[in-house]
Amino acid sequence: LMASSSSSSSAQQRLRIIAGHLQKRPEDENASVAAQECKAEAPRSEPSSATPVPRRRQEIMKWNGWGYSDSRFLFNKKGQAEFTGKRYRLSGLILPSLKDWFEGTFGANLQHRSPATPSLNLSAVAPPNLNQPFVEDLKAAGLTVSHDPEDRVFRAHGHCLHEVFALREGRIGRVPDTVVWPSCHSDVEKIVELACEHNVCLIPYGGGTSVSSALECPREESRSIVSLDTSQMSRILWIDEKNLTAHVEAGIIGQDLERQLNERGFCTGHEPDSMEFSSLGGWVATRASGMKKNIYGNIEDLVVHIKMVTPRGVIEKSCLGPRMSTGPDIHHFILGSEGTLGVVTEVTLKIRPIPEYQKYGSVVFPNFQQGVACLREVARQRCAPASIRLMDNEQFQFGEFCFFLILLSFFCFDPQHLCVATLLFEGDRGKVLQHEKQVYDIAAKFGGLAAGEDNGQRGYMLTFVIAYLRDLGMDYYVIGESFETSVPWDRVLDLCRNVKERIVRECKERGVQFPPLSTSRVTQTYDAGACVYFYFAFNYRGLSDPVHVYEQVEHAAREEILANGGSLSHHHGVGKLRKEWMKESVSGVGLGMLKSVKEYVDPQNIFGNRNLL
Amino acid sequence: KQRDSRNHKQSGDSTECVAEEASLILDEMAHRLQLSTVRFFVFTLSKAFKRLFRSVCVNEEGIQRLQQAVQEHPVVLLPSHRSYMDFLMMSYLLYMYDLPLPVIAAGMDFMSMKFVGEMLRMSGAFFIRRSFGGDKLYWAVFSEYVKTMLRNGYAPIEFFLEGTRSRTCKSLTPKTGLLNIVMEPFFKGELFDVNLVPVSISYERILEESLYARELLGIPKPKESTSGLLKARRVLSEDYGSMYVYFGHPVSVRSLTEGKITRSQYNLLPRCIPQKPSADTHEFLNDAAFRLVRIQEENMVLKPWVLIATLLLQNPDGMDLSSLAEQTDWLRHLALAFGAYLDWPDHEACSEVISCSLALHRHLLSVSAGHVQLSVTDAPQVESTPEEAVFHQAVVVLSCASYRNQILHVFLRPALLAVAMQSANSNRKDDVYNCFNFLRNMFSNEFILCPGDSVQDFEEACYLLMKRGVLQVLEHEIVMSASGHSTLAFLSSVLDPFLQGYQVVSRYLCEETNENLTEKEFIPAVRNFALKLILAGRLKCYEALSSDLQKNALAAFLRLKAVRKVKVTYQVNFEGLVL
Repeated sequence: LMASSSSSSSAQQRLRIIAGHLQKRPEDENASVAAQECKAEAPRSEPSSATPVPRRRQEIMKWNGWGYSDSRFLFNKKGQAEFTGKRYRLSGLILPSLKDWFEGTFGANLQHRSPATPSLNLSAVAPPNLNQPFVEDLKAAGLTVSHDPEDRVFRAHGHCLHEVFALREGRIGRVPDTVVWPSCHSDVEKIVELACEHNVCLIPYGGGTSVSSALECPREESRSIVSLDTSQMSRILWIDEKNLTAHVEAGIIGQDLERQLNERGFCTGHEPDSMEFSSLGGWVATRASGMKKNIYGNIEDLVVHIKMVTPRGVIEKSCLGPRMSTGPDIHHFILGSEGTLGVVTEVTLKIRPIPEYQKYGSVVFPNFQQGVACLREVARQRCAPASIRLMDNEQFQFGEFCFFLILLSFFCFDPQHLCVATLLFEGDRGKVLQHEKQVYDIAAKFGGLAAGEDNGQRGYMLTFVIAYLRDLGMDYYVIGESFETSVPWDRVLDLCRNVKERIVRECKERGVQFPPLSTSRVTQTYDAGACVYFYFAFNYRGLSDPVHVYEQVEHAAREEILANGGSLSHHHGVGKLRKEWMKESVSGVGLGMLKSVKEYVDPQNIFGNRNLL
Repeated sequence: KQRDSRNHKQSGDSTECVAEEASLILDEMAHRLQLSTVRFFVFTLSKAFKRLFRSVCVNEEGIQRLQQAVQEHPVVLLPSHRSYMDFLMMSYLLYMYDLPLPVIAAGMDFMSMKFVGEMLRMSGAFFIRRSFGGDKLYWAVFSEYVKTMLRNGYAPIEFFLEGTRSRTCKSLTPKTGLLNIVMEPFFKGELFDVNLVPVSISYERILEESLYARELLGIPKPKESTSGLLKARRVLSEDYGSMYVYFGHPVSVRSLTEGKITRSQYNLLPRCIPQKPSADTHEFLNDAAFRLVRIQEENMVLKPWVLIATLLLQNPDGMDLSSLAEQTDWLRHLALAFGAYLDWPDHEACSEVISCSLALHRHLLSVSAGHVQLSVTDAPQVESTPEEAVFHQAVVVLSCASYRNQILHVFLRPALLAVAMQSANSNRKDDVYNCFNFLRNMFSNEFILCPGDSVQDFEEACYLLMKRGVLQVLEHEIVMSASGHSTLAFLSSVLDPFLQGYQVVSRYLCEETNENLTEKEFIPAVRNFALKLILAGRLKCYEALSSDLQKNALAAFLRLKAVRKVKVTYQVNFEGLVL
């Protein structure tokens, strides 16, 4: 995934593009997964080849944790950490210092285990509350439907701590009653039409990586709940090389989209940390942000056209013009609507030729203040590389087990204050090198020392395995999560310090026995501010209701963020987790506007996940 | 500091002009803390303190708490202000206990003292003008100066909530300006928290005792000057008893504001732009300031003399030593029951304690044949006019009152209830409460009564008197117990001088004023009026001569809309007067 760092000449790139064109469509091994012939009239030049995510996702993914079933951290018999599977660069590696860090940071002990329920207890799943006529009409329309408890449980949650924790304990709450898999836009139109007719509740489901309780079935919902799984709508319908756009079905997941475009010599450049699993439709519905947004933009900058099926009908623009002055942009009703208005079915995205050259980098700063000052200066000069991230000292210390400490040579730095920025440059070789020099020169003014490509690359690799680490923690009484915000530059430091301190204090007040890990990093830079990420985890031994404590602390942390001039969310969205602050965040009138849109578009509340509003 | 000047081009001056002005203000204001000067001061002060005081008592657990607090968050020290000694003693103590030395907001009047002003500056004082209402630039420079020191954790900031020395030893209505400044870095998220440490400083005998009394009687305060200070050397030869410094529990601004301040209101303006506190914030600041002053009051160490002074003031014709001893003992128990922080020597006999106190304050008393009376001791050689005699006696009474005033906060609420019981039409609880509320409202310029705490105060008073067996509080009625008479009588006489004083002021306004009384003329005119009443034998209450009381009464009448202020003149509305 992150392996494309090696340099490549333009000739090689050309070859790759040609290879992409010549590539044959491989035979589908799994007949049930094969794309159905679709009745859609959308022009489809060269539908691209791909195996979508299987309908029975539980066959390759964990039902009660993050990611692939074959990839997990564990402590082996020697007490050494290792990462299983073959998918990642870390896979199969032994990480000798993780144990010490883990035990030292959390006061955890490998003798004290808190293992998860090994398998789903089917009897814990309530029988489905079916709307029989609706189900029959679905089947009559030729749609694939399931009432299988495993399928339903899999789609009843995102990856909030409380959701995963409950699954590990074998506690199952309200789950969808039916799962339906449309395979194209017109399937979705049919489903929405039937849902309106029979008054059932639809909850769109893409990659299932939500961290805002957005996928939770509302307790108060008495109608039959239908999970609309978009995973089988995963084709790239066309690529327009003249305008550099691609028209893609919204169910495609990030890594497939990127891989298939790469085969054709293109990329979207949209790489959210969840891109292995999250879907295009999900990005649109939550206003996602990608790691390389400095070059490619966030999702709202990337979309040219969106097609969404609502109870009122289909909403879309009439042309592919790059910008319009036609009243408020209707895309912005869709972007961030979090599944409350309809299902995004197809999206036209900007694409770019694959960059000729990619280079990682890292800079070590004597302290976080200097690091932030440097990022601010980089933003001021508008010379941010594709990605620039600054980890604070706590994360630096965590990262050490990967960084293998080349940094011992910097005697002048206090290891208790050190922090590190990781960088990713993209573009043509000459420009990248020039750009790199410019950024390192700025860094030097703030006491930053270049710390090598490898460290940078490892930093980005960590992004993809960090969610797996949470599962490891949960095996040993450690729970945690990340959350994010955006904030003006001048408040970045104050916000980080106050939120971190608030977390520590709240944990103490609520009886957490060991000081928590409370750490922040700046992950995106903008002209007027930055996106800040917090990681927060603690050892919950001795607490009777750890999830409740966790939620109280996260709540307090969010209050602190808002009090310090941070936003409710930069890209995770609101869901149901942060709903209570919506009015405060967008004003009563603002909320009223959104509500009136909802009322017009979906008066029956068919899209009844109750997110956002 | 440049950012201030950029924000303050209100008058259309060029940026350089404003910047220059700002830097002049800063030069005038800034402290230049120097350890060598501090050491010099400490050396001299320890000599001086040793001569002045028998002992200086500090609560060491408070010092430990302060040590802890200083490490956690920036600290703001909020001492009570009764004497010039206050901040000298504060710095001295912090130095001796190896705590970071505070920077102190001091009144500009010190700066004009040659040499001493600079010495104070070098020992950590920074100077602020007494009034700068309209000067936005001054305010901006000043507040940024204080906030910068706070944010950088440079040193604890010390200032006086009461704004100035209390001449009466009653706590003064707190000012909120500086409190807002030190809280703002928290409101704006620049600091995680700020610790406010109320400090109560009390004196067995106040250095400025008779100076204050004279000032209250209209003999103007001599301008602070170095030569004046040298004359003050005379005080070095006198005995001022003990001094008490009590460091209170740190009050976290964060917990104080919880649920009361929406910090996000500061999100929409760049934080360097000064923002007037919103109505909510203002109310919060006011409330917080009152609570902090009440903490100061509660932690104030009281000496037996305070009880004796209270009794002597209630008995202008003097008391026999035996009955004084008896009543003091009775009062001591009452005060303790009401929660007074009394430093009473346990192992000594009551009469012993009393004679010690009398000895320390002998200049206010005459003792002969077992009879004690407040009186002028250092009688003037030349036979004086009757007016002068009244003033001489008034100096003694006001000096003595300044000791009684130290314990007023203990008796205040029950005393208000006692007076309300007397003046209410019936025993019905709501009648009594209405009366209580009226009195409380009337005296809210005089005493520290937290705004909005009326019901709470009433209940506290009921509770205390019930506990003492003075009252029975039934569902709808409040009934006096048979044994409660003496306590109620004592309590209402505590407030008596104030009631009489306010009556004098209102009578003056009703009877004597013409339509166009100016603010300047008011005090001398009321004083004259009261003086005439005393000379005519129609008024026994010397405290009515106190300008502090007169000012408070006028402010109360203005607030209650009994009197109106018109442009620069007071216009009296006769019908509105209630008393």
